[in-house]
Amino acid sequence: MSALAAAPAYATTPGGFLLVLAVILPAVAVLVMLALGPRQTARIALAALAAGLAVAIAIVAELLQTGAALTYVVGGWQPPLGLALRADGLSVAMLAMTALVVAATGFFAYAQHRLEPATRHGRAPTTFWILLMAVWSALNAIFIGQDLFNLYVAIELLTFAAVPLVCLDGRKETVAAALRYLLFALLGSLLYLLGTALLYGSFGTLDIRLLAGMSADGPALSLALALMIAGLLAKAALFPLHLWLPPAHAGAPAAASAILSALVIKAPFFLILRLVLDVAPPQAAAYAGQLLAILGASSILFCSVIALRQARLKLMIAYSTVAQIGYLFIVFPLAAGTETLPPSGTIAWTGGALQLVSHALAKAAMFLAAGVIAEAFGHDRISGLGGFGRVLPISAVAFGLAGMSLMGLPPSGGFVAKCLLLTAAVTGGHPWLAATILAGGLLAGGYVFRVVDRALATPAIPLAVCKPVPRRLELAALALALAAVLLGLVPLQPFGFLLLGRPDSLTVVAP
Amino acid sequence: MTLLLDLALVAGLLALALHIACVRDDRNAIVSFIAFGLLLGLGWTRLASIDVALTEAAIGGGVTGVLLLRAEAHLRTGKTSDTSKNRGTSKSRGASTSRGATALAAIACTGVAAGLALVVLTFPAPAPTLAPAAAAALPGTGLGNPVTAVLLAYRALDTLLEKVVLILALIGIWSLAPDMLWGGAPSLRPAVVPEPLAYLAQMLPPFGVLIAVYMFWVGADAPGGTFQAGTVLAAMWLLVMLAGLRPAPETRRLALRLVLVGGPALFLAIGFLGFAIADGFLSYPESIAKPLIVGIEAALTLSIGATLGLLVAGPAQTAPGR
Amino acid sequence: MSAQSLDPATLFGLCGAALVGIGLFVVITHPGLLRRIVGFNILGSGIFLVFGAVARRGAGAGFDGDPVPQAMVITGIVVAFSATALAVALLQRLFDLTGRETLETEQEPLPRSGP
Repeated sequence: MSALAAAPAYATTPGGFLLVLAVILPAVAVLVMLALGPRQTARIALAALAAGLAVAIAIVAELLQTGAALTYVVGGWQPPLGLALRADGLSVAMLAMTALVVAATGFFAYAQHRLEPATRHGRAPTTFWILLMAVWSALNAIFIGQDLFNLYVAIELLTFAAVPLVCLDGRKETVAAALRYLLFALLGSLLYLLGTALLYGSFGTLDIRLLAGMSADGPALSLALALMIAGLLAKAALFPLHLWLPPAHAGAPAAASAILSALVIKAPFFLILRLVLDVAPPQAAAYAGQLLAILGASSILFCSVIALRQARLKLMIAYSTVAQIGYLFIVFPLAAGTETLPPSGTIAWTGGALQLVSHALAKAAMFLAAGVIAEAFGHDRISGLGGFGRVLPISAVAFGLAGMSLMGLPPSGGFVAKCLLLTAAVTGGHPWLAATILAGGLLAGGYVFRVVDRALATPAIPLAVCKPVPRRLELAALALALAAVLLGLVPLQPFGFLLLGRPDSLTVVAP
Repeated sequence: MTLLLDLALVAGLLALALHIACVRDDRNAIVSFIAFGLLLGLGWTRLASIDVALTEAAIGGGVTGVLLLRAEAHLRTGKTSDTSKNRGTSKSRGASTSRGATALAAIACTGVAAGLALVVLTFPAPAPTLAPAAAAALPGTGLGNPVTAVLLAYRALDTLLEKVVLILALIGIWSLAPDMLWGGAPSLRPAVVPEPLAYLAQMLPPFGVLIAVYMFWVGADAPGGTFQAGTVLAAMWLLVMLAGLRPAPETRRLALRLVLVGGPALFLAIGFLGFAIADGFLSYPESIAKPLIVGIEAALTLSIGATLGLLVAGPAQTAPGR
Repeated sequence: MSAQSLDPATLFGLCGAALVGIGLFVVITHPGLLRRIVGFNILGSGIFLVFGAVARRGAGAGFDGDPVPQAMVITGIVVAFSATALAVALLQRLFDLTGRETLETEQEPLPRSGP
């Protein structure tokens, strides 16, 4: 079927070049860091963080001003022959969230590296900065890419940048965790690539908008989507493919764990969202949504219970990540559109988007706080942390606020997200999902209060500090936790921002 | 009859794949894999994709084979010398998955293969294709080889990101060196260099470089291009290092890093230049499209050669000198 | 299936499907990691052959094959090689540190100290 109509599918908008900058500036930073050597890496990183943050703010401003999605046709070659980049409301929200978390984590890492002047320009810090920039570039490319093969290259870049972050400290446990992560991720990428081969063979295009416009159907499409979603589920660590995540995220250094749990894990989910909502035919989408919801609910319940039983703080937070990712997957049946209401207009959509962003902020804050705790006391056994709130009050507050968002306590972004999802579940006739959301909140409360209890304890022997930690190291975690709480001021109805640029219809030539 | 040739190739490929799946000895499996790669290269010529055939033979069969063989040798010597402190339990080498799980996996994989085969057989006819669109846009790039046009013009962003992927893989591999050794040189030279290897390493590289330059140059209009040429350069460099004729460079050397970065940097620079002199990022003005693309390819060939060679060389194994 | 329908594209496409099955089997079940990495390469080769079948079927406009899937395969081969290189480097490092070349399936206890 030749779907190349006379009118072009995409038109570059005036602000579209910002999308190119969002992807390319961190890549430029990688090259400059490699060229100039270890001594300059931290300075280049700070400059790149500032520039990337500015670009993200500019993109948000452009979207709000024009009220339409930003589009860029790379090289002037129209899809399906060429590639296009497009950022609607949800993509811009993801870009902004990524910039914020990367900037805060970068600030934390910079301060942490300065604590050890001898190794500041050594292997681990230098590699960290380069990998951080690569992760940022890959994430931006995933959030705005429109071509499925372009997205494949982007997810491979993300994998290659994330895996060495896991084994940055060089211990044998983390090397094993990194290898396991790599193998899962490679399997996922290859299954995704196989799906794109089938899609191209059947439809002659890999552009998401053109595929959606074809209202495609058939066994090839079903097999391709099944393979691609299965591959992406392995990368998103959805139960039961989650075994690689806890040792990987817990073994990485604190700043790396924050990036991995807050951002890297969201990218495959974002792609599944695009595939199910944009490419899949409605019946297949409904079926896939049911299956994903069951797996998501299992993830929430099963992994929250395991998180409760963890002895180490970082492992507990890592299991919490797997559980919270489950919330994202139960959005699918809740956000199923009707004839009059597209999926992006449902409150479950807003809830899911808020869950994406608030979890990213809260989880990053938690891992950074855990990093400060481990730095100060030399270990992260929860039982041995009695009274740490007295020694590290800022970190304890940051952890508490982040925990509020994870539990769904008002006021916080997590509360609004779970409230919206709960409402959607109850009004949409999904009582089991509603029960799961409530149970997940209670279990999260369980493991968060374990730590808060330790923070507020007054042990007979006060906790000894292994190494003094400057206050500014704790500020990054606090800033992110406050951001997660501030999200709670979002009104409890579909946030207009997220609707910008949706639904993505081919018949409308203007972006 | 060509059908017989095709059937023979397919039978060979499947037989080798099954052999690799079942044989106990790792070295046997890897050598079979190299043969598999070469047969696959032949298969690609039957699919009229000469560029891919070159790439598969060079990278898929050749460089991957070197990488795996070196790894296997490393693991083997490590095992025989350290059997006393080998912490692996004996049962870890045996069947870690039970008979039932293996059977289940076999059924699942057969199912996936069967589903795929069904889809392949029921692809729509006439096949949807972008060949007409590519042909129509080709004169604007000044190139004659449509695959090069796709790689460096129509979908240049993919190639650019892929270059960054290569560099990231290298950074990741380098980060695996212990702190003390980071920035040093990998070691490729074996303890004893066989005479034939030394002779080959002296005779072959000039021809190899010549072939690489030809492949890069002709790639603009006929099958060939940066990746194939870069791989041949990497192979020649590896040969020289493996025979001990030249030592592997220290990974922190500025010259090495500039060569690695030079290709993608030029690619990016010309890409940004497109904002000023053409339609936008990574678009080329029609009058000078071909010289620009060939220039990018030249720089990329050198970078890819260096990157692929270093990917095989691995992390640093000697401490950096003063 | 008549001989006419067994053109190279279909034949190698089916071969690709079989290789995907074999590669997947090696990746999932083989205990040794080096063999699993070879399995990944076989799986990748199978996927590329399916792309190749699609390319050959897309011949037209004076070309013997659709250039876009061919370019995708070239990109894929390079990415697959760098993945193999990274996996092999990790495997060698794991072996140097532990003397094992398999990943235990059960989670190992992580040390109690350190961030």
